[in-house]
Amino acid sequence: MHEHSHGHHHDDRDHDHEGSELSPMALRVRALESILVEKGYVDPAALDVLIDTYETKIGPRNGARVVAKAWVDEEYRALLRTDATAAIHSLGFTGRQGEHMVAVENTAEEHNLVVCTLCSCYPWPVLGLPPVWYKSAPYRSRAVIDPRGVLADFGITLPAATRIRVWDSTAETRYLVIPMRPAGTEGWDEEALARLVTRDSMIGTGLARTPEEGRA
Amino acid sequence: MSAADTLLDAVCSITPVARDADGPVFREPWEAEAFAMAVALNEAGLFTWSEWAEALSQEIRRAQAAGDPDLGDSYYHHWLAALERLVAEKGVAAPEALAERCAAWDRAARATPHGRPILLENDPLAPA
Repeated sequence: MHEHSHGHHHDDRDHDHEGSELSPMALRVRALESILVEKGYVDPAALDVLIDTYETKIGPRNGARVVAKAWVDEEYRALLRTDATAAIHSLGFTGRQGEHMVAVENTAEEHNLVVCTLCSCYPWPVLGLPPVWYKSAPYRSRAVIDPRGVLADFGITLPAATRIRVWDSTAETRYLVIPMRPAGTEGWDEEALARLVTRDSMIGTGLARTPEEGRA
Repeated sequence: MSAADTLLDAVCSITPVARDADGPVFREPWEAEAFAMAVALNEAGLFTWSEWAEALSQEIRRAQAAGDPDLGDSYYHHWLAALERLVAEKGVAAPEALAERCAAWDRAARATPHGRPILLENDPLAPA
């Protein structure tokens, strides 16, 4: 093609200063969106609001507040164990993918790990959108067949006596892990405790930070 | 070591789970737009969330069968494919209509000076 380009200045594709380019994925999204807008199925302004909400307003800080409250408030903890959906809604965290929540509590005897083997169902209202690794095939398959190995990838080694229980999410049911409250936090208020609760600790691929780690 | 253990070891040594910090939710704008369209169409009642999860998991399996290592970075590719299929199945937009519109956007982009907003009207073949 190159040796001919001198004779075809007007459609020389090597020179992009004339036009713009969209990636194949961006083209497909624009195609779909423009048709949906024309047919009245979606409103571009509403899409922007949705994106902004999930990018900036919903995230694992919501879940951390739930966990911290459960650590200090026995009554709330009981409600969370029996009706997690209601307990989470009572803090104002509602919305899609949180319609039926189940909270599972870590103890010295049992550690809980959450996965979605089929796709990537995830409790958006309390954790935001899932991290890349949660959506990956290695995590989705290995969490079930080798949970201890997965925890090792995350730098977590549990005592051999601790059982690991794996919860497979579905379109209907989402799980939130209540990590164990770290030692040395007696008398701490909810806000200080919430800072020790990481996203991974609520999926089960991590533990809550210790007071020393929280200071770092 | 049993045969099952050997197999397990083999599977696990190949594909460690990649960890991350709290990275950005979307890596490119189109991912965010595809995400929001699925949520909006579910809200509009075009499909239930169970239908959505089923379509998405089918697309993931299909991509894996076609050789996608499926490390999570191609997740929104699967997402968009599921969305296009559901939209076609529900009779909202046929694959041919989507392909035609894709081509129109591509022509519009190429006809738009760099740095200017790309509008569908910029397609030189658009009806006047």
